[in-house]
Amino acid sequence: MLRNLAALVRYRGLIQSLVTRELKARYRGSFLGFFWSFINPLLLLLVYSFVFSYVMPVADDSRVKPFALFMFCGILPWTWFSSSLLEASGVLISGGNLIKKVLFPAEILPIVTVLSNMIHFFFGLSILAAFLIWHQRPISLAELALFPLVVLVQLILTAGFALLLSALTVHFRDLRDILSNLLTFWFFATPIIYPYFSFPADSWQGQLLKLNPFTHLAITYQEILFFQGPVGHLKWLLVLGVISIGFFFFSYFVFDRLRDTFAEEV
Amino acid sequence: MSRTAIELTNVSKVYRRYARRRQFATLKSALLSRSLVSDLKADETFPAVRNMTVSVQSGKTLGVIGRNGSGKSTLLKLVAGITKPTTGAVKVNGRISALIELGAGFHPEISGRENVFINGIMLGLTKREIGRRFDEIVEFAELKDFIDAPVKTYSSGMYMRLGFAVAIHVDPEVLLVDEVLAVGDEGFTHKCLDKFADFKRRGKTILLVTHSLGLVERFCDEALWMDGGQKKAIGDPMRVVGAYVLDVGKAEEQQLAAHDAKAHESAVSISPDDPASAALPDHPVETGEAPADMFKATEGRWGSREIEITDVELLDGDGLPGHVFQSGQPMTVQITLRSPLVMDDFVVGIGLFNAEGICCYGTNTSIEQFRAVKIHGDATARFTIESLDMVEGTYKLDVAVHKLDGYPFDYHRLLYTFRVKSRTKDVGIYRPAHQWEFSDAMVFSKDSVIDDAS
Repeated sequence: MLRNLAALVRYRGLIQSLVTRELKARYRGSFLGFFWSFINPLLLLLVYSFVFSYVMPVADDSRVKPFALFMFCGILPWTWFSSSLLEASGVLISGGNLIKKVLFPAEILPIVTVLSNMIHFFFGLSILAAFLIWHQRPISLAELALFPLVVLVQLILTAGFALLLSALTVHFRDLRDILSNLLTFWFFATPIIYPYFSFPADSWQGQLLKLNPFTHLAITYQEILFFQGPVGHLKWLLVLGVISIGFFFFSYFVFDRLRDTFAEEV
Repeated sequence: MSRTAIELTNVSKVYRRYARRRQFATLKSALLSRSLVSDLKADETFPAVRNMTVSVQSGKTLGVIGRNGSGKSTLLKLVAGITKPTTGAVKVNGRISALIELGAGFHPEISGRENVFINGIMLGLTKREIGRRFDEIVEFAELKDFIDAPVKTYSSGMYMRLGFAVAIHVDPEVLLVDEVLAVGDEGFTHKCLDKFADFKRRGKTILLVTHSLGLVERFCDEALWMDGGQKKAIGDPMRVVGAYVLDVGKAEEQQLAAHDAKAHESAVSISPDDPASAALPDHPVETGEAPADMFKATEGRWGSREIEITDVELLDGDGLPGHVFQSGQPMTVQITLRSPLVMDDFVVGIGLFNAEGICCYGTNTSIEQFRAVKIHGDATARFTIESLDMVEGTYKLDVAVHKLDGYPFDYHRLLYTFRVKSRTKDVGIYRPAHQWEFSDAMVFSKDSVIDDAS
């Protein structure tokens, strides 16, 4: 297993070109092409601004104003997470041709999915940054230094889920359908469209939120990018980081065990 | 000096087959019945490759032949490392390039140029290596004008050519080829063969899975015949191919015999007046009436049965019944007839049709000036072809007995099938006896022995 992981490093050239291909192919043939990577999050932001300003205005809480911007800080990483998982769950099946006909380390496929969605996340961040500057939100550089850390933790966590899901979906195709519903539920169970302090920390909802790994990522993003004051959630993030690494290895182990069955099952 | 390039030791590959129940299993039901682990175990196994021990010396070309489903492709995948053997060990020295499915990694939306790079990297080249070979690859694929167009706009031939060009320019020490030579027009196929020959000259090892027996004979140093996942024979290509052809002939013989028996059975089992005969769409054998278009090749049997054809047999030169004949050898059609009454107006006819339903030859006793005098009781007619000068293929036989004016007694349309085998792969519907002669200014070397008399 460790040898296989090391081999992954050898394949970084391939991963790199596959990610590039993924990005190039996505908007090939569309009129605006690559700009969609920027336009999509921008439009998303506009939709949420409209909904939460005019359709169902939220309670007037000065801590989460402007609300659309607050939400955007959570939605961007969530989009990275959820679309990675959704795509990864089908990636081994749609890439079956490669697995069956070419000598090819299969784990590259889910990893490429996660990475190309990460690139999209970065594009979205530039839109977010523009709006943060527009609203003249004060951001401390010390806090910003933590940003790579939270991205790294999310990367490891997402990769872990992607590996596990991609391998299991080969055997249980229905996972894909379950997953999209599960992700919707997961989205609402994460403090993204409501602030985490909506519930007292010792209420049952608050306890439940803590069990959700994405809560800690979302809160950290929000603390770095949106809320004033120190990043109080750092210790939670570190715990999550350790758990994510463990989870990644577990997922990789499962993936490795199932590897030989892929060529026969897809 | 000669080291082993490919070595398989006691390799078996067992595929798992799941019982029906498994197909409807879901994660939920697996979790509920706590059978997640046991469900991943197979209910039934199918050995695709059994106990293969083969070694190929470096620089040699091994041709793998065998019927469909005999495990050839699995063997290739095992050597390529795409699947792992269930038991045994596979050892390959040197870089492998597998031409199993060409262009498997192509992405339809991006250009040929980008696909060449990505495909090359997948096959183990570095970006710089591809850059150096890029022009050569494009040249080889004959896609100079289209290389910047998205691959989805390519024709399937262009797609295959590009895939082939990339795979072959990986410059492997061991090349695995699975029936991919049919990718282009004649010219491209020749170019591929030239490339293979070039590989051979440079001392590369080639493992070639193919149904083209001529290619194996011409091109390979050794041939491996696989049957039912096992090694049936290995060695001199001529010998192995010969044994294989003989075996295939035997199997076809059995198949055709079974087919004839079935067709004949259903034709005989229905009496001519049985109205049920019309209600058997699956067996359009007994039509009772002659079809409106006599030249339309549909199977069937009709006639009044005043004279009945009770048996038709095909005999080879030794008088033994069979269904597979060598081109150039004699064949006899033996027709057994029964006429309960004394009849004096009858014609016995025969028609030979090829697989496309084209009549290759037809004749009858009337055409050939035999005047019928009488038939009574059991009788036989033998129609002997001294030399079966037909090209390879499957043929069907019409046998009929009718009145001079065409009124049918018993008409068997396409009920008998036989196969002609030939070492010469000429084409057409008929082979005239022929010879080639050349003046001194023209020289041929006849490297591949094409000899029907063997």
